[in-house]
Amino acid sequence: MDADWLSFLALVASTIRLVTPLILAALAGLFAERSGIVDIALEGKMLAAAFAAAATAAFTGSAWVGLGAGIVVAIALALLHGLASIRYNGNQVVSGMALNILIAGLAPTLGNAWFHQGGQTPQLVGDARFGVITLPGAATIGQIPVIGPLYQYVISGHNIIVYLAVAAVPLVWWIVYRTRFGLRLRAAGENPHALDTAGVSVAWVRYRALVITGVLCGIAGSYLSIAHNAGFVRDMTAGKGYLALAALVFGKWRPLPTLFACLLFAFADALQIRLQGVVLPVVGQVPVQFIQALPYILTVLLLAGFVGRAIAPKASGIPYVKDR
Amino acid sequence: MAAASSSEIPRWVDYLLVPLVNLAVALLLSGVVVIAIGANPLDALDSLLFGAFGYPEAIGFTLYYATNFIFTGLSVAVAFHAGLFNIGGEGQAYIGGLGVGLVCLALDQWPLVLVFPIAVAAAALFGAAWAFIPAYLQARRGSHIVITTIMFNFIASALITYLLVDVLVEPGQQAPRSRDFAPEIWLPYAHNFLKALGIDMGQPPLNFSSLLAVLACVFVWLFIWHTRWGYELRTVGHSERAARYAGISRTRAIILAMLISGALAGMVGVNDIMGVHHYLLVGWTGGVGFVGIAVALMGRNHPVGIAMAALLFGALYQGGSEIAFDIPQITKEMVVVIQGLVILFCGALENMFKPQIAALFRRRAVAEAA
Repeated sequence: MDADWLSFLALVASTIRLVTPLILAALAGLFAERSGIVDIALEGKMLAAAFAAAATAAFTGSAWVGLGAGIVVAIALALLHGLASIRYNGNQVVSGMALNILIAGLAPTLGNAWFHQGGQTPQLVGDARFGVITLPGAATIGQIPVIGPLYQYVISGHNIIVYLAVAAVPLVWWIVYRTRFGLRLRAAGENPHALDTAGVSVAWVRYRALVITGVLCGIAGSYLSIAHNAGFVRDMTAGKGYLALAALVFGKWRPLPTLFACLLFAFADALQIRLQGVVLPVVGQVPVQFIQALPYILTVLLLAGFVGRAIAPKASGIPYVKDR
Repeated sequence: MAAASSSEIPRWVDYLLVPLVNLAVALLLSGVVVIAIGANPLDALDSLLFGAFGYPEAIGFTLYYATNFIFTGLSVAVAFHAGLFNIGGEGQAYIGGLGVGLVCLALDQWPLVLVFPIAVAAAALFGAAWAFIPAYLQARRGSHIVITTIMFNFIASALITYLLVDVLVEPGQQAPRSRDFAPEIWLPYAHNFLKALGIDMGQPPLNFSSLLAVLACVFVWLFIWHTRWGYELRTVGHSERAARYAGISRTRAIILAMLISGALAGMVGVNDIMGVHHYLLVGWTGGVGFVGIAVALMGRNHPVGIAMAALLFGALYQGGSEIAFDIPQITKEMVVVIQGLVILFCGALENMFKPQIAALFRRRAVAEAA
């Protein structure tokens, strides 16, 4: 068993590390879209948070302050998106695209001006990044055959944000389906007029949803630069925001299915790194690019209704105008 | 959206003043960013203008960039007229370039006069084909075109990387690129023509495809405002319900709009692959499809506006490299910041200043009437 089992566990552990930013960003998108705001700017908010977190951590030497800065910046961008989408009834896709492009330019521009390393931040060491947490007894329990390594390598040995992401899924489920705010959130996305009739401000619900979107995107972005890696590099998100969006669509805008979509995409990503150049039985060598494109192809197929059916929140993308 | 005010204010205010105010705000904020990173915005502006227009080679580069932006700007605009947001210009341009490259690789023993129209047709066909699937899915299966075109950008990127790494790669070549096309079918450079006239403009990549861009502007203007199909497409974009009452096929309008949109984006491949690189490579589009969004929004979806906005962005891209060279604090990504701000203020926040400007002119009109 051992070699195969251990390499499988390594694959699972790397899937967990890859799924963390995806699920956080996808849940962020869930709040925005469930409230009726289309958010294609997950990518931009994550990138901005990654940069702000790394830059702040580099200046202050504290990962926690970095995380705070990442969250604040992501919230600010989410509110800017809200200003365009809610206050000025602007086109939400255009606004999202504007933010993505703005940040793609701003992060390297500021990075280069502040750190003179071609748009990167300095390497973060010590308390400036979130280290790996070893759960109690990992080494001892690791001696137990089969189950032991599972505990030692898969359950133990991640940084705090990974555990935060694990906790986020049930928490989001609870907020969306079991709280008053969650009910109003879903109403704002499905039938804002009903919500308005009930005397609840649609705009206020949507702004609050966007703040949560900002918080989650901020954590997701900070994870990339001050937890998973040790510093910000150019275009660090590399399409993860769009992948999260795909996972959200794939998960039909529900927390648990979205988690499974994220796990599927992250597993494909982890596998892809291992499969490079490996010849498989029957199919032969699978082109890496095919596995990379797989999440997007699957999402298109789902959207097309060939595998299940994905129906977006009804009022999503439509500015709410009272007198209609 | 702001339809109530636009009919009551003079057209020049709506089409010229409002975009200019929005542009001014975007540029002003860019200036703030420049100050924040410790440079002088006036120096930057000076350097930008010189870099974009200061000498003949710079003008050539500016026009070369503008050519690409006209194609992608028109592409976004045609889709906009049908009420669709095509974010897939990037992927459609990339696949259009593949079409051009395949034709050039297969037929480069033929004379240029024959290869050129075939390559243009291939660019249009490949770009249109890449837009067709999202269009069909939107029209027939209700899949949101924004999401599908984003996905298709990634799929295009993976496809081209696969083709160039595993299939089209030049034997013995390490980098993912095809062999060079025969020089006989390279598109003629503008500087060669001008040299014959005694004008030396250095060696900018400006080539014959710029004329194609001008033709594309005329074509889009004729198509959108002077054909039945263009009328149908605008009707669907304006009100799907009205279109249905008028017996206009929504499916046909959506698919037609996206086919033309994709074909226009594919033209970028003619300019870059046949005109500049002369071989197939990966990652050559570099965000040109996204610039098209800014260009279309700035140009108010009209070919004349798009040509002007494309020129502006051409100048920003070319001048931006000059700034990066002159002022060490500023990198070429500064241009991307400006682009983002332009999309934000001309697109998403277009209703921020418009009511005030409209009110100003309405009051004046009322005062004059009284």
